Amino acid sequence: MKRVLITPASAPYWLLSPFLILFAVFGLFPLLFSLVLAFSRWEPTSGLGAMEWVGIGNFVFALQDEWFWKSLFNTLWLGVASALPQHLVAIPLACALNGMLQRSRNLLVGVYFMPYITSTVAIAILFSSLFSTDYGLINAAIGALRELPLLSAILPASAIDWLNDPDRLKPAIATVVFWRFVGFNAVLYLAALQTIPRDLYEAATMDGASRWQQFRYITLPGLRAMMLFGITLSIIGSLQLFEEPFILTNGRGGNDQAGMTSAVYLYRLAFDFNDFGAASAMSWLLFALLAMATVATHRAFGEGRKL
Amino acid sequence: MDAKRRAGLGLALAAGLGLWTRSNGGTPPRRLTVAAYPKLDAIVKAALPAWKARHPGVEVEVISREMNDHHTAMITALSTGSHLPDLMALEVGYVGRFSQGRGLLDLRQSPLDGEKLRSRFVPYTWEQAHNHRGELVALPSDIGPGTLLYRHDILQKAGLTEADLTRSWASFLQAGQQIRARTGAYLLAHARDMKDILIRTGVQPGEGLYFSRDNRVLVRSPRFVRAFEMARAVRRAGLDARVYNWSSDWTEGFRRGTIATQMIGAWLAGFLGSWLAPQTRGLWRAAQLPEGAYAAYGGSFYALPAKADPANRILAWDLMQHLTLNRKLLLDAFQAHDIFPALVDTFDDPFFDEPLPFLGGQPARRVWRDAARKITAVAVHRQDGFADEVINTELDKVLLRDKDIGAALADAERLLKLRANR
Repeated sequence: MKRVLITPASAPYWLLSPFLILFAVFGLFPLLFSLVLAFSRWEPTSGLGAMEWVGIGNFVFALQDEWFWKSLFNTLWLGVASALPQHLVAIPLACALNGMLQRSRNLLVGVYFMPYITSTVAIAILFSSLFSTDYGLINAAIGALRELPLLSAILPASAIDWLNDPDRLKPAIATVVFWRFVGFNAVLYLAALQTIPRDLYEAATMDGASRWQQFRYITLPGLRAMMLFGITLSIIGSLQLFEEPFILTNGRGGNDQAGMTSAVYLYRLAFDFNDFGAASAMSWLLFALLAMATVATHRAFGEGRKL
Repeated sequence: MDAKRRAGLGLALAAGLGLWTRSNGGTPPRRLTVAAYPKLDAIVKAALPAWKARHPGVEVEVISREMNDHHTAMITALSTGSHLPDLMALEVGYVGRFSQGRGLLDLRQSPLDGEKLRSRFVPYTWEQAHNHRGELVALPSDIGPGTLLYRHDILQKAGLTEADLTRSWASFLQAGQQIRARTGAYLLAHARDMKDILIRTGVQPGEGLYFSRDNRVLVRSPRFVRAFEMARAVRRAGLDARVYNWSSDWTEGFRRGTIATQMIGAWLAGFLGSWLAPQTRGLWRAAQLPEGAYAAYGGSFYALPAKADPANRILAWDLMQHLTLNRKLLLDAFQAHDIFPALVDTFDDPFFDEPLPFLGGQPARRVWRDAARKITAVAVHRQDGFADEVINTELDKVLLRDKDIGAALADAERLLKLRANR
């Protein structure tokens, strides 16, 4: 019996089956269920039998919903404000790390990578405390800097309400996201830098190329594949940004929904406002946007193009 | 419970058990599941010994989750029809959402006949237990009658009396200015508190806070205009500390005495005394809200899922009545957890007349009891949670960016109209 079931031809499928079963249950089924929900009106407390087909009604509602557009704007704002500096800082940081001695480099890589592997909840709680208006360290530091003669004119005279003022909330969230992922990106770029042959730099030095020219014509082209990977990850991560804004705003998106990203809004729409149909429709719209952004990134980094 | 009620209950229980045993080969149910959230879970556990004495051999499992997790788990259980508890607790803010569908059992149906219990509960919470179809979907357990908690010492320092605070909303604001000038304390934590109470004042029969029973959006009504105007007046006069409820600055404000009053449910007095600001013991007092306003803040219910095991239904109903109609249990819960009972039968207990040391010896439970009797019912709508946020957002725009009140309410109305029938 055993021989009949597990043959050399079927063995790979048996070995793959745990993953396939788990994927079907936790990946494929929710995906398909969400697709059905996107075209349905559903009162979840009435049970699965209460689903009612409404065609594209949920998509029409989503496109008319001001809060959906607002959340999309927040998502894009936070994506640009947190992801762009991540890469702009991570590349020179990786170059600096690459030039260091192995021992100190490893130590710094560990330090930079730490925020990425630390629990988001712990990070957000820590930053909530740091951003506190009256008792937070950040406002205390600003207050101390204000005592300096030149800075007193630039810095605000009163404590900043980072987490309640809609104009301050987005920069606060972007700071946390930047802080969390800049080290991760630096490690990615460091790995890519180590694959660039040293000979190229030696030859360039002998030809009299300046450091900037070496960076421009050797380092950046050498990093192109990793930049595509890193930026694609950032785009996906930005459009799915949830944990940091969710925790920093106590799950509500903040005043004037200034910190409500699309992912937070989808969650709230489904679980706080019981509108699973609209939430599913919006999640598919977000998926389409994500796919388009990823394709555009790949095209921007396509073969034959020069940086 | 009088003899008649006890006999009726016994008959219903016997009939239910009889029906069940006929359809299940004679083995009675031995296990009930109750899903609850903190504090109510403790009350359920405390209630079990007495209940189990009447039902020997029946095991009761209490599943406890944090408030939001509990309600999310209950939505999942109702939507899938699996892992349903026999009895579930519901916080008042969720009752509207849960009662729109068909997931909760209509307790009016025979042999439960829950409607006959009407006279035993505070009227407004009894109304909250009904959905828009008129079905009774839950039994109330506790309520949060709203009152004004104020710092007696700050009032004295400012040369004011309680009457100065409560006579009218105008006198409330005048008193606030005097408090600010003479003591430096803020009248309120946030101008939003003023809006929250005023939109609850003057709700017409058949209306909810934000929607009418026929889904009309009500946010441009005079009570919203007045609420926004008063909140703006509070902000312009610099009378609010600009801190939100449950923030660390809010609790710190209570500890340091920078917030002079708070309009909120009766339960806050207990929270202040036990963990929010115990060092302010003796300094607080409770009064009715200004200008004879009455409002409810919070409350809990128990409901029976319609698709839960029908074999356990009568037992679960019996346990539900035990949890909501047992005078001693509810008074013990009031004493231990500051949970104000929804059962009117408890209101004549001498416990209500006892002085509260945290409130300087004031018998404040009488104040809360009077408020509970006078609060009027407000119909709940499934979009109330969303509407609450829309209104808060627009109020913030008025307070922070000086947006015109008419324009703010019109914008809120436009957003809510899109949602009213979803």
